[in-house]
Amino acid sequence: MSVTKNIRIIVIGGSAGSYNVVGKILSSIPEDFSLPVILCLHRLKEVRNGFVESLNISSRLEVKEPLDKEPVRPGFVYLSPANYHLLVEPGHTFALSTEEDINYSRPSIDVAFDTIGYSFRGQMAGILLSGANSDGARGLYQAYRNGAYTVIQDPHNAYFKAMPEAALKYFTPHLKVTDDEIVSFISSFKNYRYA
Amino acid sequence: MKDIKKIIDAIRKSKGIDFSDYAFSSFKRRINRFLEIKKMRSIDELIGKIQTEGDFTDLLIKEITVNVTEMFRDPSFWIVLRDTVIPQIANNHALNIWHAACSTGEEVYSMAILLKEIGLLKKSSIVATDLNNNVLDIATRGLYSIRSQELNSKNYEVFSGKKNLSDYYTVHDGMVQYDKHLISNVKFSCHNLAQDGPFGKFDLIICRNVLIYFNFDLQEKVIFTFGQSLGKNAFLGIGSKESLTWCKSSRMFEEVSVEEKIYRKLS
Repeated sequence: MSVTKNIRIIVIGGSAGSYNVVGKILSSIPEDFSLPVILCLHRLKEVRNGFVESLNISSRLEVKEPLDKEPVRPGFVYLSPANYHLLVEPGHTFALSTEEDINYSRPSIDVAFDTIGYSFRGQMAGILLSGANSDGARGLYQAYRNGAYTVIQDPHNAYFKAMPEAALKYFTPHLKVTDDEIVSFISSFKNYRYA
Repeated sequence: MKDIKKIIDAIRKSKGIDFSDYAFSSFKRRINRFLEIKKMRSIDELIGKIQTEGDFTDLLIKEITVNVTEMFRDPSFWIVLRDTVIPQIANNHALNIWHAACSTGEEVYSMAILLKEIGLLKKSSIVATDLNNNVLDIATRGLYSIRSQELNSKNYEVFSGKKNLSDYYTVHDGMVQYDKHLISNVKFSCHNLAQDGPFGKFDLIICRNVLIYFNFDLQEKVIFTFGQSLGKNAFLGIGSKESLTWCKSSRMFEEVSVEEKIYRKLS
């Protein structure tokens, strides 16, 4: 538990089969939750509207898509915008990119984990959920090497096990747990302050 | 970070192009991607080649800038342009348009098609600039892969273009050649948005998903340049998830489309 005492930002990567877990997480996070939560979810490139709105239905914290250069602030859930990669700068502002697909994906979870791991290091908690490809595995490993606390959804519990299983090929994450345990893990930060 | 600075210094000394104010994280990713693709083993190896091989450095510059683009990207933007913005600036004089950092030209051909379909192409004068001569050559030639037309056509359909996108090109050997007449009023030229200043006055400037690669200071400087390049009531269109909010120079503009990030120049 002492390894997590410095956590200031929670980053969740998910693809196919992860959306209901994301829904469970969002409906359990209390209104006064202070740490920013970043959702890097695989999504259709041409669908710009509707996703944020649907997540806001079950969420007690406001879910928004960040603009390029927007500062990361406590009390929000940030969703990766469609057809952009999502990065976070060392100065803790969001950055976007339109570069090529990474692991057939834009947004790519690798990009989010990697850049947030570089910018937040031991203050990042990274969580990799269900998905049918391996996007996010390498990025989570890079974050791990920068000191991030790493969690994967147990492949046996995940709807599609490929994504969390791919992470296991790189390293042993700190936690390998079920979706309900992930919800509890996030709740354990409810008294943490971002500042 | 020190390594990135060394690379930036080497490029500046070799080609006079300065990447110091590019956004850090995406720039670092582009460098690492280049190192991986070229199977280079160290930063020193890269710097050595920058210092001695001009062609290599040109290729490096082309690879580290992002030239991923599509026609009619975000069709809703192009719809607002056609139905709301251009009718406001189309007068008796020629319509002057600047595509800043036009990359391989897809955006320029999109604009040309849009203008042709509303009968304004002949009255338009378009300047398309980029810092990279390689991509300007591609834009001038108008030859693209047939594979990328699938996405372009989908975008064009959502835009509700009057014809089929394939009416604007001919197919040869797995490539498509866009109609040269589309760019008869387009001047392609080399211009570095990060370092060169204004060079003319325009009714409309399009600069989409370029500011994301610049840091705060450089974005401020570029927006100021755009402000000086627009007459009163002229328009600026940027990328759907970019914003002028962070710039002092935003005071020169009012937001006319929140959804599509289109701004009008005040006084």
